[in-house]
Amino acid sequence: MEIKLPAMSPTMEEGTLANWLVKPGDEVKPGQVIAEIETDKATMELEADEGGTVVSLEVAAGTDGVKVGTLIAVIAGEGEEVAARPAAAPPAAKAEPEPAPTPEPEPSSKPEAGAEARPEAPKPVELTPATVAAFSGATRKQTVREALRDAMAEEMRADETVFVMGEEVAQYQGAYKVTQGLLDEFGDKRVVDTPITEYGFAGLGVGAAMGGLKPIVEFMTFNFAMQAIDHIINSAAKTNYMSGGQMRCPIVFRGPNGAASRVAAQHSQNYAPWYANVPGLLVIAPYDAADAKGLLKSAIRSPDPVVFLENELLYGHSFEVPEGEHVVPIGKARLYREGSHVTLVSYSIGVGVALEAAAQLAADGIECEVLDLRTLRPLDEAAVLASLKKTNRMVVVEEGWPVCSISSEIIAIAMEKGFDDLDAPVLRVTNKDVPLPYANNLEKLALVKAADVVAAVRSIV
Amino acid sequence: MAKASVASTRRGSAGKGGLEKLPNIGRHSASQEEYRDFYQMMLLIRRFEEKAGQLYGMGLIGGFCHLYIGQEAVVTGLQAAITPGKDSVVTGYRDHGHMLACHIDPKVIMAELTGRAAGISRGKGGSMHMFSVEQGFFGGHGIVGAQVPIGAGLAFAHKYKGDGGVSLAYFGDGAANQGQVYEAFNMAELWKLPVIFVIENNQYAMGTSVNRASAEDQLYRRGESFRIEGLQVDGMDVLAVRDAATVALDWVKSGRGPILLEMKTYRYRGHSMSDPAKYRSREEVQSVRENRDPIEHAKREMLELGFADEAWFKEVEKQVKAQVAEAADFAEQAPEPEAGELYTDVLVGNY
Repeated sequence: MEIKLPAMSPTMEEGTLANWLVKPGDEVKPGQVIAEIETDKATMELEADEGGTVVSLEVAAGTDGVKVGTLIAVIAGEGEEVAARPAAAPPAAKAEPEPAPTPEPEPSSKPEAGAEARPEAPKPVELTPATVAAFSGATRKQTVREALRDAMAEEMRADETVFVMGEEVAQYQGAYKVTQGLLDEFGDKRVVDTPITEYGFAGLGVGAAMGGLKPIVEFMTFNFAMQAIDHIINSAAKTNYMSGGQMRCPIVFRGPNGAASRVAAQHSQNYAPWYANVPGLLVIAPYDAADAKGLLKSAIRSPDPVVFLENELLYGHSFEVPEGEHVVPIGKARLYREGSHVTLVSYSIGVGVALEAAAQLAADGIECEVLDLRTLRPLDEAAVLASLKKTNRMVVVEEGWPVCSISSEIIAIAMEKGFDDLDAPVLRVTNKDVPLPYANNLEKLALVKAADVVAAVRSIV
Repeated sequence: MAKASVASTRRGSAGKGGLEKLPNIGRHSASQEEYRDFYQMMLLIRRFEEKAGQLYGMGLIGGFCHLYIGQEAVVTGLQAAITPGKDSVVTGYRDHGHMLACHIDPKVIMAELTGRAAGISRGKGGSMHMFSVEQGFFGGHGIVGAQVPIGAGLAFAHKYKGDGGVSLAYFGDGAANQGQVYEAFNMAELWKLPVIFVIENNQYAMGTSVNRASAEDQLYRRGESFRIEGLQVDGMDVLAVRDAATVALDWVKSGRGPILLEMKTYRYRGHSMSDPAKYRSREEVQSVRENRDPIEHAKREMLELGFADEAWFKEVEKQVKAQVAEAADFAEQAPEPEAGELYTDVLVGNY
């Protein structure tokens, strides 16, 4: 058999044949080291894959710059006829290495010119304005907490494979009472209290989803999900792609996200930008109770992994929720208030801040359009751009840090795809760029507030 | 054909464990046909991996490539005991052997290694990320230890659905030091999940030997504080492994929760293709190859038992080589994925 210089690392293109440990006529065993090869990183030992007799050495010890794939030796396998090669004395060390007679590595590392995927120019987005939610049937007042509970209960009634797991979700009725009553109705097989073990139960949930179930994994807060983020991203989000579309992971990771009240930096982070960065995930962050219910139902039904970001401060707020079946499509923004002078884009609790600012500005005759993104991945660009086309001014309101945020993304979209519609720079009004402080006064200073939105709007209108 | 079989030596001495409740591991009483199948599977894995190493050297396989050479008896003995498609299997990135032992076509595995559209992951996963829902093979995971809670989750699904299936979660001695492994142990025992945790202790976590990394280097004892029974098994003896599988399956199927098997094994090659393996001596590797090789050991025993003669071994070698050569040709000739594949399979639904 012909021994060719192998690539000994993902990046190796050539090496030095430092030393031969065998000579023609030697018997070699499978696994025996026959040569030492120096690469840019290390000296590697070259093993014979199979046993046999060394017929010839084709490259002399000490030769530099031997290309990967160059024939370096011939070994006759056991029982193999020894090829009648001229007993080639190894060429002198300074001699040119034999030009690689072997096929060049297939162009797997060099995409063919025509087949190469080119970065796409931004496609024009077909503008689809978001609409104001108008419920045709009867509605009733419900808290966000109750709406989320109803969404889970309804989907669990409809589908035996849906179950809830997390810390204190069953006997304690939920750390924030979102799972209240579920244990009584569905029993401990489907409402599962876990130990405090976020990494473990997130991974276990992913495995259960791959095994055909539809888990709803509650994190007591998304701050604790940082312990589990590897499974959310590496195991849940990427597996369908990495498997060429074979593996499903229909799982919902849900729980409160963002600042609560006076719980300081470790318990007060908004992770929306982190998850929205990841292809393969759906990321949802509703504001009101109707959307919380309708989107959680869609999330549970989705064949894809979903990060569902709730907000503790909103749990107790009441909103009108349609009676009966209410499902909201993923990926569609909602126009919360129509206006003509400026668009306020927001999501989750930021929508409340934007609405408050809009009310104040309306008193002065400035009409704000308030667009609730609701889904952060995939993001409803068409609705953002349609509203921008209408008002020509935009302010993004976000309860979170400003750097590399959802705001940053909205601004990028406006620049890339809505530049001609802009009459002023898009501004962002966010939390201050600091870990959230505990002191009452400092916390207030750090969090996004309506007065800042009002000031930003006045600066551009 | 022949009625002869290897005498079972259960009740024996080979196994050790925590073990009031567990029988010791002996050696499986293999029929001629079974032993021949084990041999052929081990040989297929070895020749496949050797070929993968060659294709890597030729630049046809990129990135990381972790070969299973030396460890063949572990997956062969365990997979022979379970029901493909009904039971679930999950492992880390050293996964080629597991896929072959799940009876997945060598062609689509090799084509994945070369990054071709015909690969089992359509060229998007590569060596470390391969799956077959049909055969109950759930990956192929690149993050060390991540497969352990996933394996517990697969067992959770079996128990939830009441389908009688069990889950095998394979991981290495390196992964055995990841915290999530113990989170999974805790829940698996707490909820009595039907999962067999298999530690493939090949003695080195990349370049760090077990006793340089593990305060408790008897890894079969790693479940003790979770009340998980553990057994240490000679992972270089396919019949010992096969017997351990019987014990473990009886255990988990009877509703007693998880069990831990430590397979003492050895990898002949580096951690990956780019590992110069300076952390162990050449003599150590050669000594294992000469004295403990699972394939040679099986061959000697089969000759002694009259289960096969030299002609049979030659014929099997020929068949296996042809199968591997066919896989390699296929993998070299199959086209790369279309550029449009870049954007497929990110999400399943339309939003």
